Amino acid sequence: MGYSDKVVDHYANPRNVGSLSKESPDVGTGMVGAPECGDVMKLQIKVNPETDVIEDAKFKTFGCGSAIASSSLATEWVKGRTVEEALKIRNSDIVNELSLPPVKIHCSVLAEDAIKAAIEDWKSKGDSRNHQRGGPLFQIGPQKPSVFPAPRGGETK
Amino acid sequence: MNLPIYMDNHATTRVDPRVLEAMLPYFNQIYGNAASRNHRFGWEAEEAVEKGRKQVADLINAAAKEIIFTSGATESDNLAIKGVAWMYREKGNHIVTVPTEHKAVLDTCKRLEKEGYQVTYLPVQKDGLINLDDLKAALTEQTILVSVMAANNEIGVIQPIAEIGKLCHERGILFHTDAVQGVGKIPLDVQAMDIDLMSISAHKMYGPKGVGALYVRRKSPRVQLTPIIDGGGHERGMRSGTLNVPGIVGLGKACEISKQEMATESDGLRAWRDRLRDGILSQLDEVYINGSLEHRLPNNLNVSFAYVEGESLLMGINDIAVSSGSACTSATLEPSYVLKALGVGDDLAHTSIRFGLGRFNTEEEVDYVIGRVVETVKRLRELSPLYEMAKEGVDLKKVAWKR
Repeated sequence: MGYSDKVVDHYANPRNVGSLSKESPDVGTGMVGAPECGDVMKLQIKVNPETDVIEDAKFKTFGCGSAIASSSLATEWVKGRTVEEALKIRNSDIVNELSLPPVKIHCSVLAEDAIKAAIEDWKSKGDSRNHQRGGPLFQIGPQKPSVFPAPRGGETK
Repeated sequence: MNLPIYMDNHATTRVDPRVLEAMLPYFNQIYGNAASRNHRFGWEAEEAVEKGRKQVADLINAAAKEIIFTSGATESDNLAIKGVAWMYREKGNHIVTVPTEHKAVLDTCKRLEKEGYQVTYLPVQKDGLINLDDLKAALTEQTILVSVMAANNEIGVIQPIAEIGKLCHERGILFHTDAVQGVGKIPLDVQAMDIDLMSISAHKMYGPKGVGALYVRRKSPRVQLTPIIDGGGHERGMRSGTLNVPGIVGLGKACEISKQEMATESDGLRAWRDRLRDGILSQLDEVYINGSLEHRLPNNLNVSFAYVEGESLLMGINDIAVSSGSACTSATLEPSYVLKALGVGDDLAHTSIRFGLGRFNTEEEVDYVIGRVVETVKRLRELSPLYEMAKEGVDLKKVAWKR
């Protein structure tokens, strides 16, 4: 089976490999897949509390070359986007970009899931973020930090 | 040293130049049909076939008449198992085999199950070997055939063939062994080991693809088979079809070479295999050898590199040809069923790599492979969230994974 040049490139030179502090209130961690299935992706994002822009992203992946490439590409794509924009990334975009064959589509699905899981994790930290920055102890409605920006000059991460 | 390096000799082997040389005249000089009885072209072809038959028989201590030529071991397995099942249907309907067999055996047995035969799949132990007491307990009055491979194609584990043969003969049950990986690599003797049927393939022993043989015992007991291919009645009626003369010449020559060189070649392969194993194990942690090391082909190494998925490792060592038990490399998208049968978890099965050394490898290649594998596993572990978690002391078995 041949790999596309882009898959080979991401595999040989993966972008944004590494880990961010899971505990940081501005970091969201998504871990999807299972060792028994042969794929585990960990994708982390660091979000600017003022702008909701994803300033940094890191990944580590256990999986085939296409899984590594999909998650590497995902970190490239989420960087510089707002959280809401990142949520719009679809697995089909990854399939097209990397020219993944049908048997590797699940790798792209996993990457999309990893982005979503990371964002979900980050959103779930909304309370603690606001609390630490001396913001309101409760929020109304869904936890959308973009709707309730934290006051400036608060706690740094 | 030339790249890429071929170290996948359980899949197939390069044709030995001596084999090729022996075969060549039979394509366009001595091209007769071995079944043509009334002219020189036919006689010469027949002579070549009978020489090949003798060479195959000599390697396994059989008589030439007991060798039936086939298209390969898949056909040999089918002929042996279906042939016995159909021929001895009135005697019984029970077959015993092992879950680590090749698909040519397992799928043949599955088909027979649909026809109403009973098949027992003996469990294997952690080291890949069957337990003889389990075999004893599985045999019934209805058992007509036991089929257990000599050496496994993935993990190289060698089953106790002589003991199985003895047990079968004591009970009047026929014994078939798929010996594809073992013939020419380890001593196999159909008399001493009480083997009734043995599948052989040429291309696993430096011969050509598309030709194989089935040993069929002619006395004590005389084994009869219902053919699976009907036609001109070739090969004592057991396998119709014009004989593949160049292929048979090649198989014969490959057997002759193996008989002469097996002992010294095995020692050399074992030394390289151990060098490969030691080189890898001394430089990497959490590497697990799959299957018994003691009862194993000299040229096989099957290891799991924990936390590194097999296909990604293959991609990293793309100048080396080896195989993986990872699901991503299999047609079924399931990890190796052989490793599963040994009780290796799917997580480790996904990380397994099979090295198959061969006659044409060199020590320099072995050292190169060690270096590339170690370097690539280290790089991929830096990329692996599982390795990171394991190093942090997380018990991966207790994590609630989001599938």
